[in-house]
Amino acid sequence: MAKMKFLCDSERCIECNGCVTACKNANETEWGIQRRRVVTIDDGEPNETSISVACMHCTDAPCMAVCPTDCFYQTDDGIVLHDKDLCIGCGYCLFACPFGAPQFPKQGAFGERGKMDKCTFCAGGPEEDPAKQKAKYGANRIAEGKLPLCAEMCSTKALLAGDAQTVSDIFRERVVYRGHKDGAWSSLDSEKAVPGEMSQQQMAALADELAVDAGNIIAKA
Amino acid sequence: MMIKTIQHNSRLTAGGCFTVLLLALTAFMFAFSGDVSAADQATEKVQGNFAGADYWRSVSDGTEGYTTSQGAEHGQLINVDGERWRHWRNKWISPGGLIAIGGSLGLLVLVYLTLGCMKLDKPRTGRLVLRWGLFDRAMHWFVAITFLTLAFSGLNILYGKHFIPEYFGYDIWKNLIALSKFLHNYIGPVFSVGLLVMIVRWFGHNFFNMTDLKWFIQGGGLIGNKHPSAGFLNGGEKGWFWALTILGLVVVGSGLVLDFPLFGQTRNDMQTANLIHGGVSLLLVAVSLGHIYIGTIGSEGALEGMKTGYVDETWAKQHHDLWYEEVKDQIKEPAGEEKSATEKGNTGRA
Ligand code: HEM
Ligand code: SF4
Ligand code: SF4
Repeated sequence: MAKMKFLCDSERCIECNGCVTACKNANETEWGIQRRRVVTIDDGEPNETSISVACMHCTDAPCMAVCPTDCFYQTDDGIVLHDKDLCIGCGYCLFACPFGAPQFPKQGAFGERGKMDKCTFCAGGPEEDPAKQKAKYGANRIAEGKLPLCAEMCSTKALLAGDAQTVSDIFRERVVYRGHKDGAWSSLDSEKAVPGEMSQQQMAALADELAVDAGNIIAKA
Repeated sequence: MMIKTIQHNSRLTAGGCFTVLLLALTAFMFAFSGDVSAADQATEKVQGNFAGADYWRSVSDGTEGYTTSQGAEHGQLINVDGERWRHWRNKWISPGGLIAIGGSLGLLVLVYLTLGCMKLDKPRTGRLVLRWGLFDRAMHWFVAITFLTLAFSGLNILYGKHFIPEYFGYDIWKNLIALSKFLHNYIGPVFSVGLLVMIVRWFGHNFFNMTDLKWFIQGGGLIGNKHPSAGFLNGGEKGWFWALTILGLVVVGSGLVLDFPLFGQTRNDMQTANLIHGGVSLLLVAVSLGHIYIGTIGSEGALEGMKTGYVDETWAKQHHDLWYEEVKDQIKEPAGEEKSATEKGNTGRA
């Protein structure tokens, strides 16, 4: 069974906010709600790095564990969805979420927040009628056999969405082709590894090493 | 191998570090597979797999960056405290509350089975002493009813999901939990006002004195065969007053922080307020059961004072002898109607 995950390759992300716009457009979220955001660390400095974040569809989801109404559920694909009819807007999911994904249309006295909204991996929500589903939860592209629009529209293909295994494979391959010692996580400070200057053997050895490491990532899934 | 490379690469710049963000994020989400209860555990897993402690520290310390999103705290990438809160709430507060409330209930059942209801030791005289005026009674029931509403709705918010949907179905659960949140969040401030008025009004009655010390030494009458002396309020009642005052103010304070998220409270502030609120309120509920027990089935004649304002002379003598001495001149002769009720053997009186 596929396990759906997002992965953002920060070496590629150029902070164009295309994913944010694509998401907003696909899901027509309420005013003030932005399911995806791009965060830039060290903005304006030489080592500036951007990353696109939304709900990461955690395997053992903290939001799910604390929700007083138990309105979350995980699809067979590992997508974390919630039932807005049941949600009471208590904010607990937001307090628990590591990524600040859940959002609310308002923030009022007496804890009036309205219904929680978050990224659905473009998988809609628990509503039979497609029109109502679209209005309440946004697009259900998964039902149409499509991946989330944010990843589909990413201009640099930094943001990947799909089966964890496939996404990791793509990423691992990139890491190998980048070909420097620190693999995924350093374009600076690498000692060797100018792509094209490596011998076949070096490439193979590196690929092997990296494959093992990336394997660790997905072994946890 | 990779990990070593990173940890020992002293020239690794901060920028180099942040390029691993994606991996940290992935790591974090994968780290949530299995039962990861403590944030520490999650941290360890991530550290073990991807990067050095320095890197992890910088992201999980809540490193903030620039974002166009206007959402609160959206510049922060990872908030590990969420996991910590989840752990404390679900693994400590939640079972802890059950133990406290269950333990309290169990103890009271045991007390009832062994001691039974504390009866009046002499027959009623039918002569009534004014104990609580209208204002005091109204205030008491105002606080009691709002308290119980908050207790039931609060318990539902914490425990309801474990059994109500299963036994009563989706629709009942949906309405009940929405009602609970509504009542809890709106009655909370109402209760707070009542509690403050009560504290101010009854403060003066509740200073401990030597009589109360002796009352406690005799276990309120359980130790020895003589009922200990007491003034208007006995040691136990004063104890309950102070428990309610102290725990109640903490519950009210933390409750207001949760109820009015309008002053820039962060997620972490809300987590802290929730843990304090949950923990202390559950303790308060556990203690309140003792008060409710004594006021109702635990001792004969106590409830009528808070219902009608008057207590029987016999009850006053038995439970609050010093106070009785003070007020015995003002005793009301039984009115015809009340007299016939008492003569018929106190039927209808709790
Ligand atoms: C003394 C009576 C009270 C009791 C027994 C009580 C109990 C509780 C409990 C058990 C919870 C659930 C905690 C959790 O799920 O982790 C809760 C939540 C909460 N309480 Fe109270 N509480 C009381 C008074 C108050 C007061 C006075 C206020 C406000 C002024 C208040 C405001 C809240 C809020 C805002 C929440 C969060 C739930 C939500 O927003 O839906 N509570 N309370
Ligand atoms: S809302 Fe947050 S905690 Fe819940 S699955 Fe998404 S990222 Fe995980
Ligand atoms: S805000 Fe809604 S979804 Fe989030 S924990 Fe509360 S009830 Fe559940």
